Amino acid sequence: MTKKRPVNLDVSTFRLPITSYVSILHRVSGVALFFSVAIFLWLLETSLTSDQGFEWVGNMFGSPLMQFVVWACLSALAYHMVMGLRHLVMDMGYGENFESGQLTAKIAAAVATALILSIGGWIFIW
Amino acid sequence: MVTSITSLGRSGLSDWMLQRVAAAVMTAYVIFITAYLMVNPDLSYEQWRGLHSSLPMRMFSLMTILSIAAHAWIGMWCVFTDYVTVRLIGPKATIVRIFFQLSMITITLLYVVWAIDILWGM
Repeated sequence: MTKKRPVNLDVSTFRLPITSYVSILHRVSGVALFFSVAIFLWLLETSLTSDQGFEWVGNMFGSPLMQFVVWACLSALAYHMVMGLRHLVMDMGYGENFESGQLTAKIAAAVATALILSIGGWIFIW
Repeated sequence: MVTSITSLGRSGLSDWMLQRVAAAVMTAYVIFITAYLMVNPDLSYEQWRGLHSSLPMRMFSLMTILSIAAHAWIGMWCVFTDYVTVRLIGPKATIVRIFFQLSMITITLLYVVWAIDILWGM
């Protein structure tokens, strides 16, 4: 056990399949969501403590920077949720081999993209 | 048997289960809030406050923040124990990881207390 064994896990030399990318992004979005909880709690608190605060949240926060921050947080949430549902599908025994895993990764990525664009439309345009 | 003192459930299987139960609660919450905002496009401040001060909604929100805490704890633990390791960042990894984990746990508990303060202090 104490013998030094060779390790080759230089990920930068690998060509990764789509399943790897959606998995890594699932992690990245999860870590981002950990910090987003502060934003969500702050928005909830603001919307509940005063009429002006409620209006401010309801009218999409006035400033484009704040809109972008909320859009990014909600996008991370949408992506993480969709990829989490994909995990539940795999837990039930579907999509566990490489081909079907690639297929569910593509479907989930498409659904997540559609949700992220819809959220953007809701925040920035509507 | 190797056990970890910083994982939430102290066992991989219980963490696995907890992660999924917590995910289901959070998903239900997100779907509920989204649907509520969609069917009430002209939502008023009073109505919004009324919703969140009702006991069932307070319970639902509390369950959700507790789920967030459990889910985040387990998820962040996975990330830290995968990347903040002696092999990847050197001999100081263990102390750095413990620091990150304790910070994560502190932030998680602060979120829970903050949420309770919002829900019961309004």
